[in-house]
Amino acid sequence: MSRNPIASPANDPAEVVRFDDVSMRYGRGPEILRDLSFGLAPGSFHFLTGPSGAGKSSLLKLIYLATRPSKGLIHLFGQDIAHAEATARPELRRRIGVVFQDLLLLDHMSAFDNAALPLRIAGLRPDDYRGDVAELLTWVGLGTRMHAFPPTLAGGEKQRLAIARAVVTRPQLLLADEPTSNVDHDMALRIYRLFVELNRLGATILIATHDQDLVARSGRPALHLEGGKLSLRAPQGPTLT
Amino acid sequence: MSEMFDPARWRPAPFLPESETRDGALVFVVAVLCFLACMTAIVVIAGDRAAHGWSGQLAEQATVIVRPRPGETPDAAAAAAAETLAGVQGVAEVRALEPEKAYELVKPWLGDVADVEDLPVPRLVAVTLDKKRPATANELKTALKGAGVDGIVDDHALWLEDVRRAARITRGMGTVIFLLIASAAAAAVAFATRAGLAAQRDVVEVLHFTGAEDRYISQLFQVRFARAAAVAGLIGAGGAMLAGAILRLMGGSQGLTPALPIAWGDLLAVVPCPLMAAGVAALAARWTSLGLIREMQ
Repeated sequence: MSRNPIASPANDPAEVVRFDDVSMRYGRGPEILRDLSFGLAPGSFHFLTGPSGAGKSSLLKLIYLATRPSKGLIHLFGQDIAHAEATARPELRRRIGVVFQDLLLLDHMSAFDNAALPLRIAGLRPDDYRGDVAELLTWVGLGTRMHAFPPTLAGGEKQRLAIARAVVTRPQLLLADEPTSNVDHDMALRIYRLFVELNRLGATILIATHDQDLVARSGRPALHLEGGKLSLRAPQGPTLT
Repeated sequence: MSEMFDPARWRPAPFLPESETRDGALVFVVAVLCFLACMTAIVVIAGDRAAHGWSGQLAEQATVIVRPRPGETPDAAAAAAAETLAGVQGVAEVRALEPEKAYELVKPWLGDVADVEDLPVPRLVAVTLDKKRPATANELKTALKGAGVDGIVDDHALWLEDVRRAARITRGMGTVIFLLIASAAAAAVAFATRAGLAAQRDVVEVLHFTGAEDRYISQLFQVRFARAAAVAGLIGAGGAMLAGAILRLMGGSQGLTPALPIAWGDLLAVVPCPLMAAGVAALAARWTSLGLIREMQ
């Protein structure tokens, strides 16, 4: 079960993610995130909620090293990312699985190739993972579409493929930006259960979503972002498993 | 499980698309510029040789205008001058020009004169100097004076300086034009590479965020664009070599014209082109991909 991320002590080396007084703005625009301080304990599961434009995607980008804060300190797996060597950053990224909001599937690769990509980049041999990739794709309902190329996949299929790619390495930290926005209710629950399963295996999960129903039914805490500030919303109701 | 897909037989796809519609345009642009750069190189080399030839030919020759002494026939004076000059060190060959040759030389100024033979046209002696140690005009004058021959030595010094200046300008202009075209070709390779790579931004992003090393991503693009530029360079250089060979064959042993004496060896100037195009493309791809990656951090 997750600890209170807002109240966690600063610089706890065990935390997977630690923000201290982090603010962020794009160019000379207003601050999207203001003085955020929170931590995510290993094995925690949180939703990230908030209205459109609140900065959920920006917060995730800060965590997966796609952008830099305008001020404040971010620690990932205990490392201060501002002082992490450039050569250390790929290693940090390989410990994070990301479901991008715009999916970022590679159109010239089959679904199987897309899903296997992080394993190839990690330097594994195809014989070591081809069975696992096939099994995972089957599990997300793409068993008959492994050969298909992303332009021929339906919106929900693309989303499931992006999720498969994000979880295929069993990352220590999984970030998902609206992972269930294009799938039906049943598939949303199925995907949610995949995240729960990963969480049970030890992964820290942070899912940005607008799906209030899923958040409410999940029984998981939510980090609510609004007006650049973050607040913790305690779980409501029984845990959905 | 898919009937059409067997994971056991799966082989990883290349990280980059094997062919892009832009690749054809990239190869075409680079090939045309490489062709122009190579043709310029061939023409500059041939032009340089021609310029050397002009000044060399003038420097190796002198003309002596012989004036017969009283009671001496022009033929005898010319023969005496030729005999004297042949014995001077630094003279390779001496030839007294026939009277008809001298008449032909003055004809443009005098027009058709009926009794041209009666005119006091001086006799000319053409002197070919030794290439290694040519005799100077003073040495020729001293020898003539010593032999009692009245003659004016023209070592073409007046013309030689003009021709040498013209050769220097021709050579300089050719080099500048070649450098401009080569720079334009290099810039076009770089811009085309950047444009091609910008179209692959998604691939860079995905590889980057899934943990690929920056250097590894950059190498993928370097190899990809260097290969495309090398093919384009090969096409451009091959085209220039073919065009040069046609010009050489059309002109016989002297090349297209004496002013542009293309030699077979000149065609080898195009050989480094594919390598240079590949090198420029690889550098451009490296800088652009690392720049794109930096923007993502």
